[in-house]
Amino acid sequence: MDDLSTLWLILVAALATYATRVGGYVLITRMRTLPPRLEQALNAVPAAVLTTLWAPAFFTNGWDVRLALIAAALVSLRYPGLIMLAAGWAAAMLARHVIGL
Amino acid sequence: MNKDIIEGLKGGAVIALSASPFAVLFGAVAVDNGLTVFDAALMSATIYAGASQLVGIELFGQHVAPWLIVLSIFAVNFRHILYSAAIARHIRTYSLVQKAVAFFFLIDPQFAEAIRRAEQGSPLTFSWYMAFALVIYFPWLLFSTLGAWFGSMLGDPRVWAIDVLLPIYFMGLVLGFRRKPGFYPVVAASMVGSVTGYYLVGSPWHVSIGAICGVLVAALLPLPSQPVATAVSEEAAP
Repeated sequence: MDDLSTLWLILVAALATYATRVGGYVLITRMRTLPPRLEQALNAVPAAVLTTLWAPAFFTNGWDVRLALIAAALVSLRYPGLIMLAAGWAAAMLARHVIGL
Repeated sequence: MNKDIIEGLKGGAVIALSASPFAVLFGAVAVDNGLTVFDAALMSATIYAGASQLVGIELFGQHVAPWLIVLSIFAVNFRHILYSAAIARHIRTYSLVQKAVAFFFLIDPQFAEAIRRAEQGSPLTFSWYMAFALVIYFPWLLFSTLGAWFGSMLGDPRVWAIDVLLPIYFMGLVLGFRRKPGFYPVVAASMVGSVTGYYLVGSPWHVSIGAICGVLVAALLPLPSQPVATAVSEEAAP
């Protein structure tokens, strides 16, 4: 692929991405009021989408990644985000370099 | 300085810090797949969506048809349609230009933190939103460029357990929603959908499949204090 077509490809991909970020707003403002079921569905969007960004990592990786996620989940019940991130990272390092998973 | 700006900068700095290893990784992998440093920086600056950028450069390396690369990036980013729909009611006070600018920066953590802030009762001001966005955007651009410069110097991301940071981060965001009504059925559906989709269809489609499963379950869950008859009749509506 030559340089010019790479450049165009990146810009078209950027436009497509921007379209996804505006699209939902454009669709939703076309409607006057939100049906309660649609509102309930919209409220679930964050949990539904963000789950797909970690659940496959838990099920398709080895016990090193699983231990890291379990440790982070337990820590997150009491402590804020950065401590949770550190605990999960430490668990992964421990699993890989000390336990040898 | 404005309190909203300070809170935005603080919150965004945490995200920028945890995203920087991925920015470096992206830059390194991009150059490894035959992109120039300029191309890698341009992708970070204009697409600005980590997971889809990684999918994109993976396909660049495999020399697949350009329209398929654009379609894949669109598919990975499709979830943003749900974000902009969900955030619409919280940004009614923004001008049209402010909305157009805000949507460009609507990445996963931006959406998650913005919704959390709005639901906690703090107004989602444009100054908070942009402070939060820009303190993530510029480090993302800087670190992906640095990653591209230093190329393969990072080595295997597994050695330093960099690969586990992103799943942990997203799981933490999900756990933060655990007191919302319908949390457990929605997360379970999204989990089953995304893992099944991952095995049967493959990445990146599992993201959209899992998200649709979770959102569908939420739409079908009983409405709080509403007679069953209305609920049934609404299901027939488009």
